[in-house]
Amino acid sequence: MCDTCGCNVTPAADEHAVEVLKGLLDANDHEALHNREHFQRHNVLAINLMSSPGAGKTALLEATIEALGGDLRIAVVEGDLETENDAERIRAKGVPAIQITTGSACHLDAHMVHDALHELELDDVDVLFIENVGNLVCPASFDLGQHINVALLSTPEGDDKPAKYPVMFRAADLVLVTKSDLLEVLDDFDPDAAERHVREIANPAPLLKLSARTGLGMDGWLEWIRREAGSRE
Amino acid sequence: MHELSLCEALIDQVTNIAREQQVSSVSDIFVSVGPLSGVEGPLMRHAFPIAAAGTVADQAELHLETTGIRVRCEECGEESDAKMNNLVCASCGDWRTTLISGDELILQRVVMGEARV
Repeated sequence: MCDTCGCNVTPAADEHAVEVLKGLLDANDHEALHNREHFQRHNVLAINLMSSPGAGKTALLEATIEALGGDLRIAVVEGDLETENDAERIRAKGVPAIQITTGSACHLDAHMVHDALHELELDDVDVLFIENVGNLVCPASFDLGQHINVALLSTPEGDDKPAKYPVMFRAADLVLVTKSDLLEVLDDFDPDAAERHVREIANPAPLLKLSARTGLGMDGWLEWIRREAGSRE
Repeated sequence: MHELSLCEALIDQVTNIAREQQVSSVSDIFVSVGPLSGVEGPLMRHAFPIAAAGTVADQAELHLETTGIRVRCEECGEESDAKMNNLVCASCGDWRTTLISGDELILQRVVMGEARV
């Protein structure tokens, strides 16, 4: 019995209470399901990219579009608190990009993504990347309707990020160790330790080391996208 | 700080229930929160009055019940308690476990206040 959780509250005989047993994110989850149906109908693979700010999501997308733009039709939904900067970087690669500016909101939710989808011609898209707001906490709690969650872990951040942010890294279907070209100069990032931390939160997600800047390890990532996109056709 | 958005979603649900039950206020709201839901209880408590102001839950008390983290091992089948960043099986040490509880974020129960006149 305690005063914090309410387990000491005994219902009064005449109390009028309703048992609900419904998730708090019910409305979001419902909208996410709706988005997923949209993607399915148009044969679109939707990938939600999550990471801390500056882990290299936009740079990864730029390099990915350059490498895959000829084979797959890509579109991007960009989430940021402010500015169109990232969407402009993507558009400069000749790919449609819808910028969602969230104001002070720290994450994208399914409703914001749904509004953005109305600005895209999904019939002309094979792979939709949703670049979430840079944040290792909040985005993990909101289903957007994506098929796959990809979490980026950049080498300067340290290999223990999965242990520090277990909710985020537990949600990841794939972990990309970005800025891997820096591994040779960083003595405090051990890729094996990063993998161990991901396993300790019971996540079987593969880890891929890559560098969007040098191209190191990009083949494995591109192959992974091709395979996932192919399996949905 | 997505606790405010969650409180707003909570208030939306509670408002709908109050309308269905034809009451003008609710007195108590019980929510169970798992440590792996990504929600911080204290932040939720701080955000709640902001989201509740001017609604049927204006005077309501929010009761948060924190659930424990339990996993079931896919290798040995044992169930054990676990920690947020260590979900390995306490029995055999294998990491291939399934979460049984600890990530829930559920509106359990709402106690109604005054009937609408």
